Amino acid sequence: MVGLHKSEFKNPLVRWIDTRLPVFTMMQNEYGSFPTPRNFNYFWNFGALAMVAMMIMIITGIFLAMNYVPNTALAFDSVERIMRDVNYGWLIRYVHMNGASMFFVVVYIHIFRGLYYGSYKTPRELLWMLGVVILLLMMMTAFMGYVLPWGQMSYWGATVITNLFSAFPIVGKSIVTWLWGGFSVDNPTLNRFFSLHYLLPFVIVAVVFLHVAALHITGSNNPLGIEPKGPQDTLPFHPYYTVKDSVGICVFLIVYAALVFFAPNFLGNPDNYIPANPMVTPAEIVPEWYLLPYYAILRSVPNKLGGVLMMFGSILVLFVLPWLDTSPVRSARFRPIFRQLVLLLVIDVIVLGDVGAHRPEGWWVVVGRLATTYYFLFFLVLLPVVGKLERPLKLPDSISKPVLGGGGPLPGGAPAKPMEKA
Amino acid sequence: MRRIPLARLILGAALGGLLAASSARAADDTKLPKVEWSFSGPFGTYDLASAQRGFLIYQQVCSNCHSMNQLYYRNLEGIGLSEEQIKAIAASVQVPGGVDDNGQPIQRPGRPADHFRAPFPNDQAARAANGGALPPDQSVLELAREGGADYLYALMVGYSDPPADMKMQPGMMYNRFFPGHQIAMPQPLQDGSVQYTDGTKPTLEQEAKDVVTFLAWAAEPEMVERKQMGVKIILFLLLLTGLTYAVKRKLWSDVH
Ligand code: HEC
Ligand code: HEM
Repeated sequence: MVGLHKSEFKNPLVRWIDTRLPVFTMMQNEYGSFPTPRNFNYFWNFGALAMVAMMIMIITGIFLAMNYVPNTALAFDSVERIMRDVNYGWLIRYVHMNGASMFFVVVYIHIFRGLYYGSYKTPRELLWMLGVVILLLMMMTAFMGYVLPWGQMSYWGATVITNLFSAFPIVGKSIVTWLWGGFSVDNPTLNRFFSLHYLLPFVIVAVVFLHVAALHITGSNNPLGIEPKGPQDTLPFHPYYTVKDSVGICVFLIVYAALVFFAPNFLGNPDNYIPANPMVTPAEIVPEWYLLPYYAILRSVPNKLGGVLMMFGSILVLFVLPWLDTSPVRSARFRPIFRQLVLLLVIDVIVLGDVGAHRPEGWWVVVGRLATTYYFLFFLVLLPVVGKLERPLKLPDSISKPVLGGGGPLPGGAPAKPMEKA
Repeated sequence: MRRIPLARLILGAALGGLLAASSARAADDTKLPKVEWSFSGPFGTYDLASAQRGFLIYQQVCSNCHSMNQLYYRNLEGIGLSEEQIKAIAASVQVPGGVDDNGQPIQRPGRPADHFRAPFPNDQAARAANGGALPPDQSVLELAREGGADYLYALMVGYSDPPADMKMQPGMMYNRFFPGHQIAMPQPLQDGSVQYTDGTKPTLEQEAKDVVTFLAWAAEPEMVERKQMGVKIILFLLLLTGLTYAVKRKLWSDVH
């Protein structure tokens, strides 16, 4: 018959479906036999972990939404009702609340992995850029989610962040009114934030799909940053990496469970257990920890518009990262100077996080400005220059060489297929 | 000053003493006293006798000014009160009971399914009766303050005469743990503020400990169930991790 897909599956039902809609063949190719570099370290777990975190967020979110009421008069009480009267509501909420933190931890480590091993370089630029889109969407989703319980920090965080847009000349004020749906953060704001908080995760799912599709065209990078040269350099994804990812997922769940069951409010702000009150400004308005570095950059610039632009710039610069780095060598293992600089960047971002949690006074201002300067210096000056000046170490001939200590025979149980995709 | 524990933790190592010194809290006597709580730690549970004494204090003292809107009388089962006791407690207050046949609002005795009765009909009335200050709702107060139970305890025992050089606003009390040290709440507890029926001596410290245990329970009534579930889940996950890791080692043994 013309047009039917030739399926290799034996089970009649699976075969029937697969010949008409080859989803099983696709799964087999993309997650079964998919040739994957054999030398991944545990940093390569974090993509799978992000996927798990995202699914947990969506599932718990849907159950929260069944009991949550997006109305300024009822939102806070409805969340407390979830905590007290909905069966296992406290579990659902704490899993969702801490899930946001776990999601960001995992994604930040995932991004660091990409930076350190040069995963953003040719041919993976678009893959990287889709990742940055996901980060932006996550930040918007988490910000709007944090507004929903309608505590003091929800209300004042929303007010401060939306007000940033007023820094833009001429249109600024109109943008803010448009975002609010009125002349202050109020019921219309809460309603639209709820609607968007429900929508955006599914946009994230769609972009994640594209992210993974792009990954399966280029294949994965690896700690050496050199492309696999043949079957001796790869392993089929299943069972090697399915089992390795499973180990990671278990450890991830232990950390997550420790937070949810033993310290569910550790990362939260006590002020958000005070119902929103437009008449009382909290002593300190701070965002959730995962947004603190951007907040620090915002407040490090003496000019409001400048601060807003720098804050957005700190993420936008990631979009052009593949073209800022002029070195052809991917992995920091073979780039002694870049390696120091990128590790310093990690410390820099953590310092920015701490600066963001403090009132911009005294030393904190100085530290914030220095850290902001290094952040941009790294991307805009050091990366282009160091790429040209640095003398990289000698790259290994192939992945299997350093691993097997020689061109190496094939391991018994690893029927490595040639790189179909690359 | 709001602390962000995670960032702090990592940063402690990275930045060292200089910044820590600049951000340290001012004087030492505002450091919260450390209290041994029955409910702290991964295996902690609420001391129910203490929570019941705390409820007595709430009923006789705090509830004159503070509401506790998220709680129902039926919830008191959680601190070990019997159905009869709860019915009696609920029936001892009058709550709004809708309207009668002529459309006039009526009052009726409370039932276990009723919310805790609030002392004031609205915030304005509460402020009017408290010199302009609003006594906050106590349902989740323990979660809503930096320091949690330790802070609430400190607040209860932190009253004293103001230092000589301090100018007090009219109607304000000195409390060294309250931000700004001037609080509109008169010292709510003294030695012997209540009569305990179980023979416990009602010292100020004992009362403070009991009422805070009650407030902690009120804020997180699910805590004991949560921790017990957590222990089981973490044990299960540890086992699963071990097994998965063993399988991984076995599968990869022919690769390296
Ligand atoms: C006479 C009325 C009154 C009584 C009785 C009372 N309070 Fe208060 N309480 C207040 C007022 C008024 C405030 C607000 C104080 C302010 O904002 O300055 C307050 C505030 C508080 C606060 C919040 C402090 C903060 O950090 O913002 C706590 C905690 C508290 N009360 C606990 C209690 C406890 C526990 C009891 C019972 C043992 C109690 N109160 C009894 C009037 C009262
Ligand atoms: C990308 C995934 C998501 C992220 C990062 C995220 C983040 C957040 C955050 C930070 C909060 C505030 C938690 C709190 O303090 O209580 C929140 C609340 C909430 N979220 Fe999400 N969320 C996600 C997905 C979803 C989805 C898919 C839904 C619905 C289908 C949803 C529904 C809700 C609801 C109803 C609340 C309010 C209840 C509450 O505050 O606990 N979320 N979310």
